[in-house]
Amino acid sequence: MQTEDHLLPETLTLVQAPECHEEEYELVYHKPATMVDVHMHYCPGCAHSLVHKLLMEVVEEMDIQEQTIGIAPVGCSVFAYDYMNIDMQEAAHGRAAAVATAVKRLMPEKYVFTYQGDGDLAAIGIAETLHAINRGENILIVFMNNAVYGMTSGQMAPTTLAGMKTTTSPDGRDTGFYGAPIKVAELMAMLPGAFYVTRQTVNNAAAVRKTKKALEKAFNYQKLKRGTCLVEIIGNCPSNWKMTPMEASKFIDEEMVKTFPAGDIKLPKADELKIKPEEP
Amino acid sequence: MTTEAKLMKGNEALAEAAIQAGCDAYFGYPITPQSEVLEYLAREMPKHKRIVMQAESEIASINMVYGAAGAGFRSMTSSSSPGISLMQEGISYLAGAELPCLIVNVNRAGPGLGTIQPGQGDYFQSVKGGGHGDYKMIVLAPASVQEMADFVYLGFDLADKYRNPVLILSDGAIGQMMEKVVFHPYTNPNVDKSSWATTGKPKTRERNYITSLFIQPERMEVHNLKLEAKYKLIRENEVRFEEINTADAEYLFVAYGLSARICQKAMDIAREKGIKVGLLRPICVYPYPYKRLEELAAQSKFMLSVELNSGQMVEDVQLAVKGKVPVEFYGKLGGLLPTPEEIVLQLETLIQKHHAN
Amino acid sequence: MEADNNNSSSVKERKVKGKVEIDIQKCKGCELCTAACKENALTLSDSINIKGYRYIIANNDACNGCVNCALVCPDAVITVYRTHPKKKSIDVTPEDIREQLQTMISPTK
Repeated sequence: MQTEDHLLPETLTLVQAPECHEEEYELVYHKPATMVDVHMHYCPGCAHSLVHKLLMEVVEEMDIQEQTIGIAPVGCSVFAYDYMNIDMQEAAHGRAAAVATAVKRLMPEKYVFTYQGDGDLAAIGIAETLHAINRGENILIVFMNNAVYGMTSGQMAPTTLAGMKTTTSPDGRDTGFYGAPIKVAELMAMLPGAFYVTRQTVNNAAAVRKTKKALEKAFNYQKLKRGTCLVEIIGNCPSNWKMTPMEASKFIDEEMVKTFPAGDIKLPKADELKIKPEEP
Repeated sequence: MTTEAKLMKGNEALAEAAIQAGCDAYFGYPITPQSEVLEYLAREMPKHKRIVMQAESEIASINMVYGAAGAGFRSMTSSSSPGISLMQEGISYLAGAELPCLIVNVNRAGPGLGTIQPGQGDYFQSVKGGGHGDYKMIVLAPASVQEMADFVYLGFDLADKYRNPVLILSDGAIGQMMEKVVFHPYTNPNVDKSSWATTGKPKTRERNYITSLFIQPERMEVHNLKLEAKYKLIRENEVRFEEINTADAEYLFVAYGLSARICQKAMDIAREKGIKVGLLRPICVYPYPYKRLEELAAQSKFMLSVELNSGQMVEDVQLAVKGKVPVEFYGKLGGLLPTPEEIVLQLETLIQKHHAN
Repeated sequence: MEADNNNSSSVKERKVKGKVEIDIQKCKGCELCTAACKENALTLSDSINIKGYRYIIANNDACNGCVNCALVCPDAVITVYRTHPKKKSIDVTPEDIREQLQTMISPTK
């Protein structure tokens, strides 16, 4: 109707600005409300805060904030309780699995998880970790493996790669002197008390989605009371690897997964996917 | 609960009292001379649907106590000297995080692996702090099987009152001896811990977290001062001691636990000989009865600290009397026990020495 | 009108559009999101935020709302919105709107 065109507002330019369709945008992703809204101290690109985010997404989606207790380690993530909006306990270095054992035994209906780094879980804490898993404690152990001690500025870890330079292996890890890096997931999967053991990465979007699914599974499995879930996550440490976050992501794909292959190491059997009956 | 007297071993009386005091969880590791505590509870706790666990080490035990206490439950562990040494880090964390709990040391002679016979060589470790940092525990020193039981109720109540770990400092003789014990009726005060315990964050409160980390020095100082204020309150309110024959005493035995028992007999023998000696037995070795000892210094010619070690509590006696009166020491090492006659001889020798001066 | 016709065809082709909001004060400029974005919609700014980090800026015209950036962001600074491909309003063309307006202006027609 051309004769009436002059009555239409000149500013009618529907095609250019998405803002005109604003009411059609729906929110598809936001930071979980179960995270405390503060600046996190981690280095740029650090996998810790990413995994904190995934854990808190699962807690929010499952609506279990009131039922979840986390145990923080000593390491860069010692401040985890500043970022996760759940009840938490700070454990002594390496002892998170023992602390979690007590919490879960006394409150078996709660969701209990530990969050530990490689020194915490595999060096000083290996006995507590192994025995908790051997007992089949119905907890989730989140193991952040970045092959180095981050907080104390870059010493060798039990998981440091052969030949990898750190401040205490300045010429590269000598496996003749220190032994080979420990493959914690494979080691612990051998224990009958280990119910679900997997190793994941978070260095790209697809991997992040997979890791989140693994954590979701692990939380759901706690209801079955069938043993420990161990989710090992290959993290990064851009600062101590002396790389940018993007270079660190590449290093994970090119080097880390050669020693620590990603994938499920132990999956529950079909007949175990129901709550374990109480002993008479 | 029963009010009839039973004949029980010290360690077992302690374990039974733990059940009656409402201990929710016990975590321990076998070590002589206190494995009976774990064994008794392994048999009895499940009947009450409570948690008892033999952990993989004393380190795991104390950290399990931390987890249970942090979640608001009554929790305890026991061990003997080498195992208590392993727990020192955990104890420091418990004190720093202000977690109520009960720890029992059935002291054996040391150092190192030592022997399984009784000793009092862990006095410094217990009252001066064997773990790192500025902290204190309330330390109760039983001298009988009855006190092994009574101090469990007292210990849990004091721990909850002050949100602090409490230590029962026993020894291998009291742990192993058999005596009459009555389990007095006890009501658990069920202190409300919901404002700080990690039971899961409801919408009605902020999250609770248990930590002893205060990375900013200003914040750490505030926390330290808070702890110091608490320990000051403890020193003002929880001094406990027993004194026998002190009204006319010219000489004073100062001893705790097993050595107090032996001194009591020595005192009877000495009194028969006409020696006016009294006994002051600290029941709490922290907080220590400094004030009472200073008062008794006015009437004493000297004080004799008798211990199963090379001289630990004697330093606190010296501190108490502020140089007003000589403080002597008699110690027995290696896990051996002095006889009452031996102590009387020592007393007589010292009396002669001081008269000569 | 000709300009309208050209742009309206590109609106019709992009069924799903996205936009992201970035909490620039919490962004650390780690650039993991730029690596994750297939549409090259994210770039590092030249300015710095309150912590001294260069932060990420988004070109929302290029965004398709895939969420990859938000997934890989370690600091959870990204919020993602997306249009729903099945919603009828997306199929409304400027011509439809003009017709409706015409009707409003000249109801008797």
